[in-house]
Amino acid sequence: MSSMGLSSLTYNTLSKMFAEGKRFDGRKLIEQRDFSVEYNVSNKAEGSARVRMGKTEVVVGIKLEVGTPYPDSMDKGNLMVSGDLLPLASPRFESGPPKFAAIELPRLIDRMIRESHVIDLKKLVITEGEKVWTVIIDIYPINDDGALIDAASIGAIAALLQTHIPALDKDCKIDHESKSTKKLPLLEDTIPLSFTFYKLGESLIIDPTREEEEACDGKIVWGISNWKGKEHMIHSCQKGLETAITRQNVDEMMKHLPKVYDDTLKKLKKFLK
Amino acid sequence: MVVKRLDGRKADEMRPITAKVGIIPNADGSAMFTFGNTVAIAAVYGPRMLHPQHMQDPKGAVLRVNYDLLSFSVLDRKKPGPSRRSQEISKVTEWALSPALDLKEFPNTVVDVQIYILQANASTRVAGINAASMALAQAGIPMKNLVCGVSVGKLDKDLVIDVNDTEEHFEEGEGATDFATAKLANTDEYTLLQLDGKIQPNLIPQALALADKACAKIYEVQKKALKNVAEGDEK
Repeated sequence: MSSMGLSSLTYNTLSKMFAEGKRFDGRKLIEQRDFSVEYNVSNKAEGSARVRMGKTEVVVGIKLEVGTPYPDSMDKGNLMVSGDLLPLASPRFESGPPKFAAIELPRLIDRMIRESHVIDLKKLVITEGEKVWTVIIDIYPINDDGALIDAASIGAIAALLQTHIPALDKDCKIDHESKSTKKLPLLEDTIPLSFTFYKLGESLIIDPTREEEEACDGKIVWGISNWKGKEHMIHSCQKGLETAITRQNVDEMMKHLPKVYDDTLKKLKKFLK
Repeated sequence: MVVKRLDGRKADEMRPITAKVGIIPNADGSAMFTFGNTVAIAAVYGPRMLHPQHMQDPKGAVLRVNYDLLSFSVLDRKKPGPSRRSQEISKVTEWALSPALDLKEFPNTVVDVQIYILQANASTRVAGINAASMALAQAGIPMKNLVCGVSVGKLDKDLVIDVNDTEEHFEEGEGATDFATAKLANTDEYTLLQLDGKIQPNLIPQALALADKACAKIYEVQKKALKNVAEGDEK
């Protein structure tokens, strides 16, 4: 039962309901589920967060390692985003080499964070040209009920805001014994988040449940911030699935996106310490 | 809009574009497309039987796209074989091409599209899409229309078309934004939208308008290349 695909009955019902502006759970088409954020998923991570959005649950952990700078960015620390769709989280996820969805999720979060420059990588140099901090963001869904990328972006940001830089001993090795209170350098007032618009027929929705997501045949993920607290700025975007997105769809998304962002940011701020 | 571009182009001026159809005799369809120094080639094989059987779709042909850079197409040699980047581009290219195709008539088969970049100077994925779309047409796959792709850039606050390598690394002001787009020719239906950088939401429609203008030009070049090869066949 749990691994059955979407039935035609559900598909047709959803198409009809969306066209009337309705959803199974009573939300409006452009309305996000409530979410909550908890911290300290693992005290071995330098920062971590758990996001629950409806039945979707994602954990994000941040580890810092001493690394060497990349040749094309000798004056900067490194950022890596990875993660996996564990078979733990859904009957749809399978073991084995990563499928496209498992590649897409970390790559989209990576681009959102990197392009917004929310992490001040230039302040992560330990010894110039030799040693820098590598920030590794790992994302794991625990229960997939849709909108994983959106939930993961909330989790990644919440975890980053918590992250501290470990202490180093004289050989530049991480000293796990001494507690560090040094915070990860972040660009003030810039909080990037991702929102995915899904399309079914002529209807656009956000934050789909798994069932709604499976019914849809087009999507676009947008990464947006309140850049430097000044203005809305889009940092990443990716269209997915087989259906084309019309100009009118894009215009409608641009109308909703800033407001959806503001609403989510307001909710998120309640959970930020 | 007045922008000084390093190579002297106007904001709405693409690099010279060229297209050639029928470059790989073994393929059912093939083409090359260039934006200045970016050179992409594509081959189409199929519809042909899809193996293993469990991947077959009785409702129609499966489109399978592979995009990659040849190892010597970039300054630092690219290790051969798929990377996460090339896997992502393969998938978004598949999604960019599939809205144009009608594959219902070919159950249980596959249409393979192979795209390789010979020389990379930005905009490789859209060059690949332009080449692949011509190759699909030459292979005789039923299509609603060609797919045309172009990338829009934003350098600091200014929108420009068809960014090159140097422009991709522009760092002043708001920096560089790269917005890869593709659409079904002569429609307002976008099949690829992929963006990195910093751009205000209200500039997105302007960026798409700039892309529309360039795509109209690309469409003419693609049609001409297809016509050339069709006329050659008649002789």
